[in-house]
Amino acid sequence: MRQGQVTAWIKRLRLGRRAVIAFPLVWLSLFFLLPFALVLKISFSEAAISVPPYGPLVEYANQTLHVFLNVSNYLFLLSDSYYVAAYWGSIKIAFTATLVCLLLGYPMAYAMARAPQRWQLVLLLLVMLPSWTSFLIRIYAWMGILGNSGLINNALLWMGLIDSPLRMMNTQFAVIIGIVYAYLPFMVLPLYAHLARLDYALLEAASDLGSRRFNTFIKVTLPLSTGGIIAGSMLVFIPAVGEFVIPELLGGPDTLMIGKVLWDEFFQNRDWPVASALAMVMLLLLLIPIVWFHRYQSKAMEK
Amino acid sequence: MASRRVNFSTVILVLGLLFLYLPMVVLVVYSFNVSELVTVWAGFSPKWYAALFDDQQILSAVWTSLRVAFFSASMAVCLGTIAAFVMTRFGHFRGKTALSSMVTAPLVMPEVITGLSLLLLFVQMAQLIGWPTDRGMATIWIAHTTFCSAYVAVVVAARLREVDRSIEEAAMDLGSPPMKTFFAVTLPVISPALAAGWLLAFTLSLDDLVIASFVSGPGANTLPMVVFSSVRMGVSPKINALATLIILTVSLATFIAWYLMRRNENKRRTTLEADAQDAA
Repeated sequence: MRQGQVTAWIKRLRLGRRAVIAFPLVWLSLFFLLPFALVLKISFSEAAISVPPYGPLVEYANQTLHVFLNVSNYLFLLSDSYYVAAYWGSIKIAFTATLVCLLLGYPMAYAMARAPQRWQLVLLLLVMLPSWTSFLIRIYAWMGILGNSGLINNALLWMGLIDSPLRMMNTQFAVIIGIVYAYLPFMVLPLYAHLARLDYALLEAASDLGSRRFNTFIKVTLPLSTGGIIAGSMLVFIPAVGEFVIPELLGGPDTLMIGKVLWDEFFQNRDWPVASALAMVMLLLLLIPIVWFHRYQSKAMEK
Repeated sequence: MASRRVNFSTVILVLGLLFLYLPMVVLVVYSFNVSELVTVWAGFSPKWYAALFDDQQILSAVWTSLRVAFFSASMAVCLGTIAAFVMTRFGHFRGKTALSSMVTAPLVMPEVITGLSLLLLFVQMAQLIGWPTDRGMATIWIAHTTFCSAYVAVVVAARLREVDRSIEEAAMDLGSPPMKTFFAVTLPVISPALAAGWLLAFTLSLDDLVIASFVSGPGANTLPMVVFSSVRMGVSPKINALATLIILTVSLATFIAWYLMRRNENKRRTTLEADAQDAA
């Protein structure tokens, strides 16, 4: 009797446990994983003038099952130098911006971690606050600053340092500034989290043993903050490769980026299959960085 | 030597903060400009604020965005908290790797990919099961809930890992069923993280342009969509006024959060000191 009750209880527990696991698993499978399968599927279909604007992959006619696996979208991407240039351009710009973020963000995070305890929270909030306001509006701010009749040009003209306005808007420089500005908090946050946890007794020990500060930094501080460097860099690099708003608002003809190309392909040309193929290739290129980020992140989550 | 090193990073920190805040100061200052030209100062005027509050399109977009963000953040907190709990407390189970991948991937997934893939899902669903018949707030809600729950899960999981598990174990040992233990013991302890996760999800949803543009239909325009179409045409002082109000709200909310955190910290410290004195 009692035995039966316990097994019933355990059974109910197992059922409850399964239900609790199932809820996020099913939701995310349905709305995060399954959509990728559909992108893959549609990247193999043919563009058509219909609603929705692509042809079927499987068709049953005359007692035969026709399966169309149209690879022309991918061949088209590879043969057109426009798309290849867009991928290359995105990676180049995202890489440069990530490097600038790291060079600027590391000393910032280091100074925050070494600041007096009561200042640390204030500094952390100060760094994060801009990212809680509007991303769009923060990029918009740079339009007024970098433009031909913008703040910087006006100031330089007024001081007599230049005769004609410098062309800064719609250049690669503007796009990189925009990415650094928008993503800097996401670089600083994980770096700070790692540097704040660093055991300073190790640094003292190194210095007691006669290690120079620079040497200590290279041999102790830097290796101990590798996790933060990886997390921060991936948090900047991966979304920056697919960035749309920044190249759209600050970029120009020489800042071809894949996020904007995909957007135009989808919204202007209404070519869903090519847009899907663009997304699949982008995902393939980003797979290694994403897996890298995931491994680091899940290690941090399960610790 | 020692002080010079510290100084270098402090200087960069100050410069970095200036870099982060100066553009926002410029936005605020020029929202009070008389001139239509955003970059030429012609005198002080609050007229762009009046123009902003006359703009029906912006006002209705604000209302749409606030509703979407409220419901997305609330659902994302439920979903994200359960995901975090499952990840940190359930040990090993089948599908754990899949779940942890689907929790971390949305954090870095480029928005154009997420947006496109969700739109294709909604189109296929409409063909197969007849829902959604037209896209709008409901589809944006699903999309935002999905990517926001990943952020909530990370925030809540960080808190769950810090929490002393012995209290939960004690409650279970005393015969409290798991469900009751969760609601009576775990939930109150992690409530600050739930609040932080909710606020983060709320701001992420309010801020999203790309995903909403993909999954929205002709009926529903969120605030970023309206701002984007206006900004594309060039700078406009009305947007500066809107930016100022957003910056003001976020700063105020951050200040209140900071004040509450500091008060809690002080209270805890004084209680600890009093306890120490009692003990002595």
